[in-house]
Amino acid sequence: MTNADWPLWEVFVRSRRGLSHTHAGSLHAPDAEMALRNARDLYTRRSEGVSIWVVPSAAVTASSPDEKDPFFEPAADKPYRHPTFYEIPEGVRHL
Amino acid sequence: MNGASVTVGEAPLATAALALGDDALVLSHRLGEWAGHAPVLEEEVALANIALDLLGQARTLLSLAGDEDELAYLREERSFRNAQLVEQPNGDFARTIARQLFFSVHQHLLYGQLAAGDGPFAPLAGKAVKEVAYHRDHAEQWTLRLGDGTEESHARMQSALDGLWRYTGELFEPVEGLAVDRAALREGWLAAVTEVVERATLRMPDGPQTGAWTAGAGRQGIHTESFGRMLAEMQHLHRSHPGASW
Repeated sequence: MTNADWPLWEVFVRSRRGLSHTHAGSLHAPDAEMALRNARDLYTRRSEGVSIWVVPSAAVTASSPDEKDPFFEPAADKPYRHPTFYEIPEGVRHL
Repeated sequence: MNGASVTVGEAPLATAALALGDDALVLSHRLGEWAGHAPVLEEEVALANIALDLLGQARTLLSLAGDEDELAYLREERSFRNAQLVEQPNGDFARTIARQLFFSVHQHLLYGQLAAGDGPFAPLAGKAVKEVAYHRDHAEQWTLRLGDGTEESHARMQSALDGLWRYTGELFEPVEGLAVDRAALREGWLAAVTEVVERATLRMPDGPQTGAWTAGAGRQGIHTESFGRMLAEMQHLHRSHPGASW
């Protein structure tokens, strides 16, 4: 068996409780259980995580670079979509 | 170079620390030999990780018996007290996994016992038992996949189990200064290994584990042929440049 036979997995790591899982990278593994273990060795060995997800890369549907303009550009010139026009009352923290 | 100048503690504590420490050190070096040669990159990191865990254990244990660097780099072959199982060459990947399975199941049960007691090894064992649980899981997962994999992986895994079987009896011989229930250790080990081997559609080796026609005496300083080569490589740098540091 060679590496070429093994599917690719995307790895998501939660660095501590309360935070969401963030994408850490990808790896090859023969199955989900081994992917989880490989992820533990590759991405959390310096105590970076408390939880790991592995997802088959084939299961990810990604936006295409060709669709970049219709997807993302219309958002660029609409500053009113950003909540920057409010006066923040004094004394309200963490807003 | 004269290994006789190395100071080694004589107390039962030092004897036991040396046996456990040499097991960890020698296996760590063997696993380190996979660096750059492992079948896949992910597995290379996994094996190196296990090697580093074992090296950490070895440092703590050898420090209980004397100076860790002197003990690792200046002792002669006959002064090493590791079981012969851990010095066996890596062979193919199945052989490395069989060695890992036999050793890490044993180490997991042993450290579990030590951690539960209040002896001098309890603090180390309490910390290491979690590392070793992962080593054991790694070996079990691979045993299942190789055994229940292709025809070739099955055959290689079976031949690895059969080939290393005669080195396993030594793991359960009494070590001075190590207060553990040997019978429970052996029974637990046999049950755990049998369970994994059978689940992997392999069969337990039927040769003898102890007595005539088996290996052993590593704890008395008798080692197998390949161990000398391994030591030469491990000690070469330190002996060529005594006292060198980064």
